[in-house]
Amino acid sequence: MRRSQHEPHHHYHPHDHDHPHHHDHDHQHPHAGGTASGLVTIGAIAEDTEKRKKAVDIQALREKLAAGRGPAFWRTLDEAAETEELREYIEQEFPGLSGEIPKGVDRRALLKVMAASLAMAGAAACTKQPKELIVPYVRQPENIIPGIPLFYATAMPVHGYARGLLVESHMNRPTKVEGNPDHPASLGSTTLFEQASVLNLYDPDRSETVLREGRLSTWSEFTGAFSTESQSLGIRKGEGLAILSGLTTSPTLISQIESLRAQWPTAKWYVHEPCVNPAKASAARKIAGRNAFVSYDLSKADVIVSLESDFMVDGPAALPYARQFSARRRAIDSGKDPCRFYAIESIPTPSGSLADHRFALESSKIPAVAYQLANACGVASANAPGDAPSWVNVVAQDLQAAKGRCVVIPGEFQPESVHLAAYAINAALGNVGTTVRLLEGVEPDNTHTIEELATDLNAGRVEVLVILGSNPVYTAPASLNFQQAIRKARMVVRLGSHFDETSKWSHWHVPEAHYLETWSDSRAFDGTVTIQQPLVEPLYGGKSAHEIITILQAKPDLTSHDIVKSFWQTRLKGDFDATWQTSLHDGIVAGTGLNTLNAAATPTLPALGNLAAYEMEVVLRPDSTIGDGTYSNNGWLQELPKSQSKMTWENPVTISPGRAAKMSVSTGDVLRVTVNGKSVEGPAWILPGQAENTIGVTFGYGREGSGRVGNSIGYNAYLLQDANTRYAAGGTVAKTGKHVDVADVQETQTMAEREPVRATKLAEFKQHPDFPNLEEKPLAPDDNIYQRSEWPYEGYKWGMVIDLNVCIGCHTCTIACQAENNIAVVGKEQVAKRRFMHWIRVDRYYSGDLDQPEIYNQPVPCMHCEQAPCEVVCPVAATVHSGDGLNQMVYNRCVGTRYCSNNCPYKVRRFNFLLYSDWDTQSLHGVRNPDVTVRSRGVMEKCTYCVQRIQEAKIQTEKEGRRIRDGEVVTACAQACPTQAIVFGDLNDKNSQVKKFQSLPRNYSLLDDLNTRPRTTYLGFVRNVNEALGGQRGNKES
Amino acid sequence: MSVITLVASTIAVAYIADRGPWSTSVALAPVQPIEFSHKHHVKDDGIDCRYCHTSVETSGFAGIPPTETCMTCHSQIWTTASVTKPIRDSWQSGKSIEWVRVHDLPDFVYFNHSIHVNKGIGCSSCHGQVNEMPMMWKVNTLNMNWCLSCHRDPAKFIRPKSEVFNINYKYPANQAELGPKLVKEYHVQSLTDCITCHR
Repeated sequence: MRRSQHEPHHHYHPHDHDHPHHHDHDHQHPHAGGTASGLVTIGAIAEDTEKRKKAVDIQALREKLAAGRGPAFWRTLDEAAETEELREYIEQEFPGLSGEIPKGVDRRALLKVMAASLAMAGAAACTKQPKELIVPYVRQPENIIPGIPLFYATAMPVHGYARGLLVESHMNRPTKVEGNPDHPASLGSTTLFEQASVLNLYDPDRSETVLREGRLSTWSEFTGAFSTESQSLGIRKGEGLAILSGLTTSPTLISQIESLRAQWPTAKWYVHEPCVNPAKASAARKIAGRNAFVSYDLSKADVIVSLESDFMVDGPAALPYARQFSARRRAIDSGKDPCRFYAIESIPTPSGSLADHRFALESSKIPAVAYQLANACGVASANAPGDAPSWVNVVAQDLQAAKGRCVVIPGEFQPESVHLAAYAINAALGNVGTTVRLLEGVEPDNTHTIEELATDLNAGRVEVLVILGSNPVYTAPASLNFQQAIRKARMVVRLGSHFDETSKWSHWHVPEAHYLETWSDSRAFDGTVTIQQPLVEPLYGGKSAHEIITILQAKPDLTSHDIVKSFWQTRLKGDFDATWQTSLHDGIVAGTGLNTLNAAATPTLPALGNLAAYEMEVVLRPDSTIGDGTYSNNGWLQELPKSQSKMTWENPVTISPGRAAKMSVSTGDVLRVTVNGKSVEGPAWILPGQAENTIGVTFGYGREGSGRVGNSIGYNAYLLQDANTRYAAGGTVAKTGKHVDVADVQETQTMAEREPVRATKLAEFKQHPDFPNLEEKPLAPDDNIYQRSEWPYEGYKWGMVIDLNVCIGCHTCTIACQAENNIAVVGKEQVAKRRFMHWIRVDRYYSGDLDQPEIYNQPVPCMHCEQAPCEVVCPVAATVHSGDGLNQMVYNRCVGTRYCSNNCPYKVRRFNFLLYSDWDTQSLHGVRNPDVTVRSRGVMEKCTYCVQRIQEAKIQTEKEGRRIRDGEVVTACAQACPTQAIVFGDLNDKNSQVKKFQSLPRNYSLLDDLNTRPRTTYLGFVRNVNEALGGQRGNKES
Repeated sequence: MSVITLVASTIAVAYIADRGPWSTSVALAPVQPIEFSHKHHVKDDGIDCRYCHTSVETSGFAGIPPTETCMTCHSQIWTTASVTKPIRDSWQSGKSIEWVRVHDLPDFVYFNHSIHVNKGIGCSSCHGQVNEMPMMWKVNTLNMNWCLSCHRDPAKFIRPKSEVFNINYKYPANQAELGPKLVKEYHVQSLTDCITCHR
C-alpha cells in the first residue's frame, strides 16, 4: 500500500518535546494556513497558549558583554543573554513542536490508531511496482551515453562579467553548475548565484510566450511589427531609438550595437545595473584616462585595508581575490606570517567577518576616513576634513611599513572620491605595479545612464524603447519615477525572463532565453573571452539580446549561434574551426586577456565638499541572497539564510544594538524607514557590529512581477532610492508598534557551551600552535559508552576538514549542497518552525562586545562520527556505518522516529515533517540530480559526504583497477567554496590534502569531549592583531 | 476458525502475495509495443548483447537501443512485415518506441551495470537465459535479499571476464576453487554497505 499525502501519519514523540510550557516563536496556529499538516489529524488540537519569548534587554546585555560576563562565543542575542527561559526554548530542537502533538487524545485511542497503522504496515510490503516505460532515442546523439553526465564549459554573465562554468548535463538536461578551474574569474569556484542559477532555468513562472499588450502573440508577429518599426527608424537614422540593457561585456553584443549606432548615429544606448555602482568605473576612467579596471593581487599583500569592500563576494574578480586571500591566510601553517586585514565598514560583510581588525563606521563617514588615511599615507592632495579617529594613524603606519606590499580596496558602493583616494594611497605607497594593476576595461564606451533615459523619456525624445533584460520599472531609483516615464515612449519592446513589472508597461514582451539556453559571449575582468554555449534548446522559445538587435539590423532570421559564430569567424586566430572547438571546450578563448595599462599619474583628489552629516543614515545594498531582485523567484535563494542576520524569506531592516537599545527595539519589531519622505516598513534585525547610526535595508524584495515565490514578500528598498544618493542616504527610522515573527535559522540547533569555535591571536598561535586542543581532550576510550574495538578502515577513510580561518560565511556551500542533493525548499512558515532542510548550515558566532564583536563563521555538516550517537538509537538500523567510515542514512528504512536527530549533539539531521519535495510542478523535475534519491515525507536526511560522487569515482577507478586519487572525489560544498575552506578526501592517503590539514596542530574536533570521533574536523581561527591598537575597537581579547 | 488460524492464514496469504509473481513480476512477460523476441535475435541470429545494449560496459544504464539500431537491419530485412511496423513508424515520425520496463528497481536503488560486467558477473547471472525468451520476463525477483546473496558471497557467482557475455555459460564443477581465485584476481569486494546501492 502506498501512503497518500492525506493519510494520517503518526510520530512517536520523545517526551522532552512535550514540554509543559514551551515558547512558540511562531504565532501561526498549528492548523491555520493552507498547508494543512499531516501531523494533526487525530483528536483535538491543543489551544495555542504559547507565549512569544521575551525580548532581550539590549542595554543590559551590552553592559554585561562589555564587562566580559557573557559567554565566549554566541550566535544570537538570546544566547548571549543566557536567560533560563530562553535556554529552555533553544534547547528544543524544534520549538513549538509540542503545539502540534494532539492533546486530549487518551492513551487508549492512540493505541487503537497505532494498532490500525501497524496492521496496515504488514500489508505495506506488498508493493507492486507501478508500470514504468523506457523511452529510447530514435537517433541517439553522438557522445551521449545514458547514465553518464557530460560537462560543458560555458560562462554566466554576473553583472555583465563572465564567470566561467562547467555545467553538468544529464542527457541534455542541465542539473548542476560548477566553476571552471581554467577560467580566471572562477578558478573552479562559484558564488551562490551561479549555483542557484540552474533553478532559474526551470522556474515555473518563466515567461513562455511573446505577448503584445499582455495578449498572446507570436515571434513572427513580433518580428514583423518590429521590422516595420525598424524600417521607419532607418529613415530617421535611428532618431528616437533607445536601447536599455544591463551591464554587458559581450564582444558580440557590443559590436552589434556599435555597428547599429554607426549606422544610426542618433540612436542611444543606456546601461542600467541597479547594484553596480557606476562610481567604480568612472573612477577607473579618471585614473587611467580611459575605460579601465583596477584589479588587485592579494597574494602579494601583507596588509589589506578595505574601505567597506566586500571584495571576496562582490565584483567581477571576487573569486580570485578570495583564493589569494585564503592562501595568504593559510601561510601560518608553513611558518610564514599571514596578511593583516583591516575592514572599515558600516554593515558587517562576509569579507569583513575575517578581518583582523574590524572598525564599524557609518558608510557616509568613510569618504572622510579615506581622505584622512590618504593624508596619513602622504597623499598630498587629500584635504581631509575633520579629525581622524586614532586608529587611522595606526593603520596608516602599518601600511607604510609595508610599502609595495599592501593594498587599500575601496568599497563597491562608495562614491568616486573613495575609489580615487584608495588608488592615490596605493600609488603613494608604491603598490601600483605590485598589488594593484590597471587593466584595460571591457565595458562598452559611450553609454548613457538610467537617469539620462528618464530625462529623455520625459522630454519626449524616445519613441522606441528596446529593453534588453533590464527591469527598470522595479529597479530604477524611485526618484526617477520610471513607471511614469516609460509611458512616454510610443513603442516599448521588452526582452525579459518573466512577465514582470517592466513587461506590464511594455507594448511587446519577448521571453528571454536563460544563459544556459542561448549562444553568447562575455569577458572576465581581465578581458578573457568565454564563448557561452547553450546546454539546452530554449525551453519556451526564449530569445537573446543578439536576436532582438539583429532585427534592427534588418537581418531578422539570424540565430544567436549565427551571430556569435560569424562575429568570431574573422577574429579568432589560426584555423577557425579548430580554435572555435578548442575555445568552446576550454571555456576560454586563449590569448584574449587584456594588457596591463601603464600607471597614469596619480589623480588629484576632488575636494570632498560638504560631507553629508546624517544623524541617521540609511544604507541600501543588494540582498545577500536575492541580489538586486533578479533571483527573487528562486526558492533556494529565498530559503538561504542571509549572510549575517541568517534570516530567510524576507529582507530585514538591520539596526545597530546601540540604536536598538535607545529605541527599545527588539528583533521582529516592524520599523518604518523614511528617506526623502518615502517610507518602507520591515522587521528589525539587531545586528552586532553594525555602525551605531546606520540602518541597513536591502533590495530585491517587495516585488509584484516576480512569481509564486518572490511576490509580496519583504519591502521594496528601491522605493527609498534617490538617483543622487544611491547607496547611502540620510533618513529616519521609527517604530510602528507592529511585530512580526521572523524566520531565521540561528536560534536553535545549538551545541550549547562547548566552544564550537576556537580562536587565538597570531602571537599565541606561534607559542601554542595546538591552541584549539589545550583545554578539551577526548575522553579515554574506557570512559565512554561505546567501548567499541577499533575499526580498522583499511580501504578508504573519508574525511573532511573545514578551515575557520578562511570561511567567510557566504553560504555558497549550502546552496551547492542543495543543488547537488535535491534538497527541498520548505517555505517561510516551516523555516520559522526550524524545519529547514539544509544539510550544511553555516553558524555565525560573535565574540566580545555587542557593538564591535569579532565574527566567526562555521559551516556544520554531518560530522560522520566514527562513534556516532545517532546510530545507536535508531530502532530500525536506518542509520548505520559503512566500511569506509560514512555515517549512512538509508531513506527506505527510515520510519521517522527522529531519535537519531534527538541524539545528535551537532544537530545536523533534517527531518521531512511534511512532503517538502515538490512532486507536482513539472518544470522542477528537470533540475533534480538523478543520482540522488528525492526524499519523501517522514524520512530523516543529512549530509552524505556526497556519497553519489564517491560511488561514481569508486566504480570508475575499480574498472581501471586503481585507487581513487586525491582530488578525484570532491564534495559539492568543497568544490564550490570560494576560499577553499572545505577540503575533502581520503585520510588513508598520506599525501592527501585533507590528511595534511588534519595533521596540523590547529586541527580540532567539535565537541571532542563526547568522544564521537568526528571525521569532519575544523582548523582553529588565528587573528593577526596589531598590538599597537591595544584594546581599541574591534580588537577584543579572543 | 480461531483467531490464531485467521491471523496465521492472513500472514501466509500476505507472504505468498508478497513473494509471488503478483508482487515481484517474476516470470510475467508484459505486453510490449513490438513483439520483440530475444530468443530470435540472440539465439537464432547470434547477435551479441552489446550490439543493442551499448553502454553496459561503461555506464550504470545498459542502454536500450534507439530506433536507429533496429533500422540497421530492418531497413533491409522484414521491411514490410507488420511486426516491424512500429519500428518504421518510429523512424518516420521521430517518435520513440515506448518499451515497458521488465527489470525495474525502486527509485532509491542505484544499480550500475558497468561495474558488474567489468568484474566478471555475467548477463545471464541476473537476466537468465534471455536467448530462450520469446518475450522478455524476469527470472529473479531483484529483491534486496536476492542482491545480497551475491554481494555477500560473490565467489559463488563470478565467472571469467571472457565469459561475461556468454549467455549459455554454465558454472564449472570447480566453481568453489575458481570463484575465490577470480574474486581475488578481479579485486571483487563483498560490498554490503547500504551506500553501495542507496544514496
